[in-house]
Amino acid sequence: MERPQTARVEAQADVGVDVGVVPAIDDLPGDAVPDAGLVEAEVALGRDLEAYQPPTPRRDRRARRAWVRPVVGFVAIIAVLVVAWEGAKWIAGDPWDITSILGIPVTIVHDPPSRWTPVNDINLPHVWLIFESFVETDANGETLLQGLVAAALFTFRGAAIGFALGASVGLLLAIMLVHVRFLERALLPLLVASQTIPIIAIAPVIVVGLKAGWFSIAIVASYLTFFPVTVAAIRGMRSADPRAYELMRSYAARDRTVLWRLRLPASTPYLFTAFKIAATASIVGAIVGELPSGIRDGLGGTLLTSMQYYSIQPERLWAAIAVAAALGIFCFVLVVIVERWALRNYRPTEPGAAA
Amino acid sequence: MSTSPGGIDPAAPTVIAGPRAAASAASPVVELRGVGKTFGAPGGKAGARPVEALTGVDLAIERGEFVSLIGPSGCGKSTLLRIIGDLTPTTAGAVTVNGKAAARARQDRDYGMVFQAPVLFDWRTVQKNVELPLEVTGRPRQEREAKALAMLELVELADFTGHHPWQLSGGMQQRVAIARALALDPAILLMDEPFGALDEMTRERMNLELLRIWERTGTTVVFVTHSIPEAVFLSTRVVVMSARPGRITNIVPVDLPRTRGVETRELERYFELVTEVRESLRGTEGGSDGPGVPPARVRVEGLSA
Repeated sequence: MERPQTARVEAQADVGVDVGVVPAIDDLPGDAVPDAGLVEAEVALGRDLEAYQPPTPRRDRRARRAWVRPVVGFVAIIAVLVVAWEGAKWIAGDPWDITSILGIPVTIVHDPPSRWTPVNDINLPHVWLIFESFVETDANGETLLQGLVAAALFTFRGAAIGFALGASVGLLLAIMLVHVRFLERALLPLLVASQTIPIIAIAPVIVVGLKAGWFSIAIVASYLTFFPVTVAAIRGMRSADPRAYELMRSYAARDRTVLWRLRLPASTPYLFTAFKIAATASIVGAIVGELPSGIRDGLGGTLLTSMQYYSIQPERLWAAIAVAAALGIFCFVLVVIVERWALRNYRPTEPGAAA
Repeated sequence: MSTSPGGIDPAAPTVIAGPRAAASAASPVVELRGVGKTFGAPGGKAGARPVEALTGVDLAIERGEFVSLIGPSGCGKSTLLRIIGDLTPTTAGAVTVNGKAAARARQDRDYGMVFQAPVLFDWRTVQKNVELPLEVTGRPRQEREAKALAMLELVELADFTGHHPWQLSGGMQQRVAIARALALDPAILLMDEPFGALDEMTRERMNLELLRIWERTGTTVVFVTHSIPEAVFLSTRVVVMSARPGRITNIVPVDLPRTRGVETRELERYFELVTEVRESLRGTEGGSDGPGVPPARVRVEGLSA
């Protein structure tokens, strides 16, 4: 008797609507004791419907450790690739005569059963040779890794400026196209065309026109960056429920208000998808932008030099490629971190759908 | 097609035709005169046959009324609601809201809109969602916060101000939407099947809640619904519409006690009114459409949520 009573009070507190709901069940004629099960079911229902609070996703302890698994996975995949790389050389590479690996003296003599040019020592140098080349010093006593990191920083600066420029231009363009429909029809084909012209062909034009320097590099990088942002932003700014625009209309909201309060917030998840593409593209753009300018300070210059010495020191090119790839991953992760923060208030997507 | 079941004074003017409305002393909140809407009118796409969604709609809604629009799918009841709210232009007739044109009324923010879906902004908290219309109208922050909190207290969600919409149940989200619609103290609340997506139990509770809010705020409500019991339970008048072309075929005044609760649904008069609305719906469909939908099907459509 006591339990149903408290349950009833809870139900009323929970529901808080017309109290009449509950007595309707309790005051059944000839049934002094209300069916405890029924009341409980109602309380449960009230809780389900009213006090429904889903477990707060993200930000729990599990989420904080969420980066561990991807990192382990990444390392595992790298390990598999290294094994495959060396395995191919074991089967079809040049004869092995190894005396030391990463400074550790070993003796490996092996004659692969067959020969296949793509995996010979010129095309696929041994992995440890690439790692060893990082610590090789040049005439100035500087290690290759130091040189590469400096070059990567230079390229990163150009790429970052290009990314910021391209993303801003892309977003402004999208805002314009969303508001002026005829412009979208007229301008979009031109934008698409701009992306089909190889960047290699455009880069010299920009570099010569603007004089070689970090600014021309940034422009080339932004040329690759703006397009995905424009496309995603247009899509995103139209992604909200049509009734949300009607709602704003019913408030007699001006275009600018709709843009700030609805269109831009609604497009944010789309924008970050584009930013991830743009971040990596901006690295490519910056590297390509360095090539025709004769600038030797960045990864573009390093790659060019390494290519010239490829037949003698192939591991140096591979080392430069590895650093360029690492820079790309770094930029991508940077965007993901900002995205996590920017979308913290948005409806969480599928658990684990991080990148 | 009588609008006067037993107990109602047949002389009470519930359907007000153009001239009579002009003559009436207290001006109605909403006044529709000969309103029509044709989609795909000349000037549209070539070859598209114009569709007459609404024709010759005359309706006057007095201050403080709760009017439901009910009818089969495609009868233009949602279109009519959108016309009142100036979300869709008319192709014929005149719409007056608070004595001015609908467009003017929208500019003056006389409307509160509630849709079938809550249409809350995911990235905003419950509190910020309710503040949205106040932000748009440029109210100072303190006023915004106080008003939004008051509205959330009204819908009994004051404990959930910091939550995000996606953390709430469907019924709670719809209550946030109602709080948001009321934030600007609109002269008229337009609701387009607001509880259509909710389960039956939540829906009945939301009905009670809405009545309570309506009594406390004294707002005029125009309510589109598919559900006959819901229309009868909530309204002071039920406007029955029919399709092809959409028009008003009957108006049923609801003379149930003003304070309604669970027991209202058990009154004999309630059942009589439900039957009357149902029969009006059936009558309209059978009478005007020739080889249209058989009556049985109309009833099913009318009842489905």
